[in-house]
Amino acid sequence: GPLRVVRCGGSALRGARAVFSADSYLLCAAGDFVKVYSVSTEETLQLMGGHAELVTGIQLNPQNHMQLYSSSLDGSIKLWDFMDGIPIKTFTVGSKLLALYTLASVEDSVFVVIPKKGERDTFQLVSVKLPKGAGQDLEAKELSVVLDDVGASPKQIAFGREGGYVVSVKEVSLQVYFFKRKLLNRFSLRAVKTKGGDNQFSCVACHPTEDCIATGHADGKIRLWRNFHHRKEYTYSTLHWHHDIVMDLAFSMEGTRLLSGGVESVLVQWHNESSCQKDFLPRLGSPIEYISMSADGALCCTLHTDNRITIINSNLRFSRSIQGLIKSRDVKTGLVVDPRTKALVMNGEPGHLQFYCLQSDQQLFSLDIVQRQYIHEAGLKQSDLVKVAFSAQGTWLATVEEREEVTDPELELKLWFFEEETQSFKLNTRINTPHDNHITDMCFRDMDELEDDSLILVTTGRDCVFKVWAMVEDTDPEAQQSVSWSCDFVGSYHNYQATNCCFSEDGSLLAVSFEETVTLWDSVTWDLKCTFCHPPGNIRNICFGRLTCSKYLIGATDYGFLCCWNLLTCALEWSAHLNVVVLQPDPLSEHIAAVSWLSKESSLFVFKPNEPRPIYIQRNLCKEKILLAAFVPRDEPETTGPEKYLWLRRSQLFFLTDTQELMTLSTKPLEERLTPSSKQLAVEESLPVTPFSLLLGKHRHQHSEEDIDLGKLVVQNKHEQASPAVKELLHTPAHVLPSASFLCPIFINSLLISKENKSAEEVADEVEMESEKTEDDSDEERDVTEMEQEDTSHMELLGEITCKLSKSQEKELRKIRKMDYSWISAF
Amino acid sequence: MAAYRPVAVPACPKLGEKITQDTLYWRGYKTPVQIKEFGAVNKIDFSPVPPYNYAVTASSRIHIYGRYSQEPIKTFSRFRDAAYCATYRDDGRLLAAGSEDGSVRLFDVSGKAPLRQFDGHNKPVHVVGFLSDKYRIFSGGDDYSSSLWDIPSATEIVSYSEHTDYVRCGCASKVNADVFITGSYDHTVKLFDARTKGSVMTIEHGHPVESVLLFPSGGLLVSAGGRYVKVWDVLKGGQLLVSLKNHHKTVTCLCLNSSGQRLLSGSLDRHVKIYSTTSYKVVHSFNYATSILSLALSPEDETLVVGMTNGVLNVKHRKPEERNEKFQKKRQPAYRTYVKGRTYMPKQEDFCVSKPVKRVLRKYDKLLKSFESSKALDAVLEPPIMLHTPEVTVAVMQELHRRGTLRSALAGRDEKQVNLLLTFVARRVIEPRFTPVLVTVADMITDIYQPVVGQSAIVDKQFLKLQEAIGKEIDYQEELLEVLGMMDTLFATFTKKRDIHLEENKSNGLTETIETNRN
Repeated sequence: GPLRVVRCGGSALRGARAVFSADSYLLCAAGDFVKVYSVSTEETLQLMGGHAELVTGIQLNPQNHMQLYSSSLDGSIKLWDFMDGIPIKTFTVGSKLLALYTLASVEDSVFVVIPKKGERDTFQLVSVKLPKGAGQDLEAKELSVVLDDVGASPKQIAFGREGGYVVSVKEVSLQVYFFKRKLLNRFSLRAVKTKGGDNQFSCVACHPTEDCIATGHADGKIRLWRNFHHRKEYTYSTLHWHHDIVMDLAFSMEGTRLLSGGVESVLVQWHNESSCQKDFLPRLGSPIEYISMSADGALCCTLHTDNRITIINSNLRFSRSIQGLIKSRDVKTGLVVDPRTKALVMNGEPGHLQFYCLQSDQQLFSLDIVQRQYIHEAGLKQSDLVKVAFSAQGTWLATVEEREEVTDPELELKLWFFEEETQSFKLNTRINTPHDNHITDMCFRDMDELEDDSLILVTTGRDCVFKVWAMVEDTDPEAQQSVSWSCDFVGSYHNYQATNCCFSEDGSLLAVSFEETVTLWDSVTWDLKCTFCHPPGNIRNICFGRLTCSKYLIGATDYGFLCCWNLLTCALEWSAHLNVVVLQPDPLSEHIAAVSWLSKESSLFVFKPNEPRPIYIQRNLCKEKILLAAFVPRDEPETTGPEKYLWLRRSQLFFLTDTQELMTLSTKPLEERLTPSSKQLAVEESLPVTPFSLLLGKHRHQHSEEDIDLGKLVVQNKHEQASPAVKELLHTPAHVLPSASFLCPIFINSLLISKENKSAEEVADEVEMESEKTEDDSDEERDVTEMEQEDTSHMELLGEITCKLSKSQEKELRKIRKMDYSWISAF
Repeated sequence: MAAYRPVAVPACPKLGEKITQDTLYWRGYKTPVQIKEFGAVNKIDFSPVPPYNYAVTASSRIHIYGRYSQEPIKTFSRFRDAAYCATYRDDGRLLAAGSEDGSVRLFDVSGKAPLRQFDGHNKPVHVVGFLSDKYRIFSGGDDYSSSLWDIPSATEIVSYSEHTDYVRCGCASKVNADVFITGSYDHTVKLFDARTKGSVMTIEHGHPVESVLLFPSGGLLVSAGGRYVKVWDVLKGGQLLVSLKNHHKTVTCLCLNSSGQRLLSGSLDRHVKIYSTTSYKVVHSFNYATSILSLALSPEDETLVVGMTNGVLNVKHRKPEERNEKFQKKRQPAYRTYVKGRTYMPKQEDFCVSKPVKRVLRKYDKLLKSFESSKALDAVLEPPIMLHTPEVTVAVMQELHRRGTLRSALAGRDEKQVNLLLTFVARRVIEPRFTPVLVTVADMITDIYQPVVGQSAIVDKQFLKLQEAIGKEIDYQEELLEVLGMMDTLFATFTKKRDIHLEENKSNGLTETIETNRN
């Protein structure tokens, strides 16, 4: 099939407030999906997809706590059974939905925020009557406007005690609408920005038992409004701790405590408005975006701007956190692949380096590079990571951090050594001010041999020099560490700024680009060997060819030329007119990927340096500008697939766009979703139903297979087959497993390697009976699971089952075929 | 959720000597005792038997000092002119010394008058010594000859006149009773065997030899002369093993420590250097006030005695080793109950629950944690921190600058505090590692306190001091740049006209000179 661009790395968890279900699940809007997490284990239990655009609001169905309403920008409200992850109903409203609210007192309607027709940037709160029909897709046309001129953010509307009134804040005005009395009260604050004060409202929350409204303001004040039934005699009191905008407010279930959070990333708990008694939970890592409370008041959770969920106990103790891919505003480090874990490495939290595992969509760990207290305050210049490089084996990590100063940037080069014992990087050498100006590029001599003396690091700087750093062994036996790094050579070329550096594959040549010129240096004697130039235009990227093409040097200029120089003849081999933004060689083959940016579209060109004709062109790869790219080696090279995509067999190409979306290219057809998380989900999704049936299915299958090649039963063979069953058993969360006494014989049997076929058979028979029972019990649920599996289709398990169909399975499959798959097309 | 990160105080690599085992060992001496002698101390010799008294030869006297005595416990003063080289016999009972008038005298340590007098040299005798058989004495004189004397009969056994200049040093082999060596100003060291008529071996040192030494094994010979200390392998026929050039003036004396692992050399350049005899690297060195003429080390390295040209005897005693017995005595029953279970070794199947380590924050960190900038700055401006660990003060200032609160922390201070601040800044602003931060601080202080200049004489004075310090530094830097310019020109003329090499040398030279200048 054609090559498709697939989004990966999860989505932002920032669409709406998270919702706690009654039975300790946490529901979150994540991009177009709704995610269900287990509060106790942090695991993703469900990934519910169906919306075509960003999910903007999720609310539990007040009538049925096992159901969830979700609204999206695609103009539909969906009702889900979140335990099983299936959509029950879809209500099409027609216009963009920006927020969703439900009320226990109003049975058949929900409230949504929609843009006002005919007016830009004006929104209104409407109540939508949800029709009661038989079908799955229904149209909800009965809209009645509740409030006009409301804010677009879901935080700017709140419903009061027992649904008696609704409050909306926008700019400096507060409106309260009383449903029963059909009365609208408006209150305004002074719009003028006083000294250090900004009265703009940012968020609102209502007391659950009293007539009290809490509002957050842009200057960090919290106002508590009372007596707002009267237009004139209303009162408010002020609480002030935040120094910047209050991002969200939440009352505890009894209303005795008020939680507030903001950019300081401190969760503040106010006990009593009169005494101003407050507790803090400081250093939560990043600004708090949303706060939500569980229904029983035992837990509270904060959503942060860096894609993290923090779950907090009611006594304000940090409980656990769920961390996705941190999308920092500016990925200065580029996309780097850790050779050890094959994880993508880039800027994470401020001053941290995040190791992000693509396979499991998880942050492996976050390495604190700057090692300083981060002050959450807008407008502060703080040091951050700008460059990262790994040595070929991943044993050394070099990082550069800088802090912009008025005079000179504060630069620090750090070298980290991977310690096998602790399995983490340990700081080895710290070099203050390695260059007098910004460091533009950094690379290790990339040699796979384990010789230590071959390892050198080159940094290029805007101070017109490149520096070579080498390891120095400390001869003193009492020294704490045996090696450290120091400067070995300083090179410059006509006082031009050094912009890029790159080592040839064998490490014998170093290419350093100085503005318009590429210089080649002998890496032993540090002699200047030759220079290449393709005026006009500065060199933007350089790289050496690999393997059979190692005699070529590729350079891209910012004047829109891609040049290939032959190192043997020292002449230009070919050049092409192309505005190359990203030039990325594949570490495992001679292919080089170039991404160009022309007239608002990014195009991908893959070529080998020895021929000027690209072997693959994809125009209009995506609308966004691609800033970075990286080839990540596959765990196992793909053996199948069309000839055309030979270059994708050994590595996978990832991009990062200027909107911080991580994308990859996939040759697989549409049905095979590449979202790596779904792989992991596959087993878990099916678990709530009958996790055991899967296990049994496999076991049965194994058994039948054994029957076939009983003659050549190999011990090892059996082991191999048993292992997935055991693995599954071990990976299943304990709370959904049947009793241990039941599992034990099967588990033991799966480990047996002797000729006791007879006993195994007996057990299997037993098991088969049992499994049939469970299948009958949960026929409907079973459908759902199987369907999910179909959807992910990465389960080899299902494949195995289908190849040897038992009767019951055949029955199931027929059922599945009958199911409606129309919603899958949304993917 | 992350814990609070304390302010990182940048550790600066310590320049100068590294702390090694040797440094610690040789530093373990008490403050020296100074004893004034009548003239330049030309020889110090320790008695080889306890209580390890030592004989000091200076001017016309030989003083014997006890281990801790400040006054001589015995004096031999029967010399008409200068005495030289009072040396103990192996059993510590006899003492031989040369003299200006050419005679060699032998004293009983307990007596007063000389037991024997050997006359034969017609010039001053600068070196005497006992052979290891205890019954013969060798001597070397300014008459270029070296002689061997029989103690019982007080007669000359043999006299060698092979040297062509003054014989000024010598040493007897401890292994062979017939072998002794002499060093002379004729640049040679000669090895004599009493059984033969002439020298057995001649070693060319290259400079007037001031001191010679044989290793206890007898296989290695050390000679000192000029600025060099040279080690020779006698068994290989006098092959040069290593030549040490660590002094910048004439080396006058040599000494081995009791274990034979370390070699000490004293020189006119006022230094005593200690070498390892395995690597022949300097492992430690001592500084003295004046040029050193002689040195000696008592057995077990208990006492180091150094004699100077100005007649001062410098005696260093080793500190007694600290005992840990005190702690053991302290242990009370109450304490024992307190430590109950601490000594329990976990068994293999035990599950260990570790207690979270309680982190102790410094005062300034506590204040920074609660965002109290002014108080945090106050905390690091306290004299103990400011004087002894200026890097902490500067690190906190930098952290405040990072947080954008440095200005408000600096503002609103009274005369005394501003004075304190300015004193600190004026003193430290020229230190390269503090300059970037302190320049900002100085800038802010001048900004903030500009309106009140002239109101306080003390603060005005400090401002002037600061100005002066910065002005001096600028002048200094300008001078350095001039020097660099000159050096660049030199490099340019010396190196071949190859572009690359020129570049390279330029940059290398530049960094090197900066480093040396900063040191």
